[in-house]
Amino acid sequence: MDAVISARGLHKSYGAIEAVAGIDLEISRAEIFAFLGPNGAGKTTTVEILEGFRSRSEGEVSVLGQDPAHAGAAWRDRIGVVLQESQPEPGLTVRECLDLYAGYYSRPRGIEETLALTGLEDRGDVRAEQLSGGQRRRLDVALALIGDPELIFLDEPTTGFDPSARRQAWDVVHGLRELGKTVFLTTHYMDEAENLADRIAVIAGGRIVAEGTPGSLGGRDRMAATIRFRLPSGTGPGDLPDALRSLAEPGSDGRVTLRTQTPLVALRDLADWGLARGLDLPDIEVRRPTLEDVYLSLTDQQEAVE
Amino acid sequence: MTRNAWLVLHQAHYDLLSFLRNRQARFFTLMLPLIFMVIFVSVFGNHRIGPEHVKASTYYVPGISALAIIAASFVNLVISLTAQREAGVLKRRRATPVPAWVLIAGRTITAMGVSLAVMVVLLLLGRFAYGVRLPSSTIPGVLLTAVVGSATFCILGYAISTAIGSADGAQPMVQAIMLPLYFISGVFIPNVNLPGWLQDVAKAFPVQHLADGLHKAFDPATHGVGIVWSDIGVLGLWAAVGLVVALGRFSWSPAAARA
Repeated sequence: MDAVISARGLHKSYGAIEAVAGIDLEISRAEIFAFLGPNGAGKTTTVEILEGFRSRSEGEVSVLGQDPAHAGAAWRDRIGVVLQESQPEPGLTVRECLDLYAGYYSRPRGIEETLALTGLEDRGDVRAEQLSGGQRRRLDVALALIGDPELIFLDEPTTGFDPSARRQAWDVVHGLRELGKTVFLTTHYMDEAENLADRIAVIAGGRIVAEGTPGSLGGRDRMAATIRFRLPSGTGPGDLPDALRSLAEPGSDGRVTLRTQTPLVALRDLADWGLARGLDLPDIEVRRPTLEDVYLSLTDQQEAVE
Repeated sequence: MTRNAWLVLHQAHYDLLSFLRNRQARFFTLMLPLIFMVIFVSVFGNHRIGPEHVKASTYYVPGISALAIIAASFVNLVISLTAQREAGVLKRRRATPVPAWVLIAGRTITAMGVSLAVMVVLLLLGRFAYGVRLPSSTIPGVLLTAVVGSATFCILGYAISTAIGSADGAQPMVQAIMLPLYFISGVFIPNVNLPGWLQDVAKAFPVQHLADGLHKAFDPATHGVGIVWSDIGVLGLWAAVGLVVALGRFSWSPAAARA
């Protein structure tokens, strides 16, 4: 097992407050891993422990085969870090920022190549402070990539971005996948985790409450599909065929919801029933639970527990 | 050249570039000392002043040199350091393999280089505008005092930055410390007429000793190489105290994110 990051029973307490309350992680080489959770869930605390910026209270941690709390320059030569908040180097152009950071590493990637990788090729001679928010963030990523690291930490890379800036940032992360980099990403956006990650862990209240691929997270692949429609006037839920009547949940908006593991069977029954009466259901919709539904139900459960 | 020596110069190069592109830093560090020198020499004309009874211009070249050294080594260092710390710049650099001492050495070399450069400009202004002669025998005294003074104030800058929580607080804090000291330490006005207790207060702080060391080296009556060992000694003592504080308390992370 080629684990780039592994953590066992990771705890971090601040006085009586447990920011991280026992986390296990295992991230393999070339994997893009998303750590998803609401603000204050313990994401940044965890990532900063893995980056070696914070101490832990308890647990075993290994990143690239070393304990980050005691790792030195040779270890830092192999990782790239995008902090949650950081401003550009004051007074320097984009290219100068990259040249400064390239000097810190033993085998840096080329500056022009890194600019191209982060979509900043035509911004090289601009003062970094004059970049837009999205471009600054891509410069942060470029500074984390300039050392050609094996492992990259991205702490909330798109928080506060407009949709087009987020898309551009996502393209940069997709580029990292093609380079075979291992990426540890934290985010509080469900769609970001779904779009970028091979695997997602949801953290809430300092604990991992669910883990899986974007398609299977929290049993999403097994969760019931939802069929929702408005009954034609003159009919009520009681008029539905027997098989569906027991599933039907009338809603306050006059629409009926059916939850089922076998949506095709339910749809056939519904269609047979309607066609036999010469009725149609023009507003019918069939939905699978979105990752957001799963995420909200997971983090809601956690809040209910607390 | 070893890789680390190259890296120190690499860092110093970009720190200097960053300094030169900051309009506020340029004004307060490069221009203001020259403006002060012209103003003070104009005010006092060719009166003989100070304990050494030298011409006003001969008094102000070393006095304002002390101010210039402090402006570059302490004031500008503290302001840029706290701004970079609060902006996450220092923390991001620490996430790379660059050794901490390289970052500190690079920034300190920049501050010392700027200090000495401004001092040379002041010397040239004094020489060609006011006819102030630097006795060539005391060049070792001028240089040693300037280098030790600059290094001491850099160390004190690193130390004091640990007590400043925000970038906005840096400017008022350093000025509140330095302005009174300039007045009682013979930088702005000769302090021989101050009450004895105030002179004693000044003697406890490093500004007085930097200014005094430079004044002695510029005094035409000084014989020998112009090194005032008691001043160097007090500066060294302050440097040692500053080093202990800086090593014990310096942080690379923004104040809000520390834990």
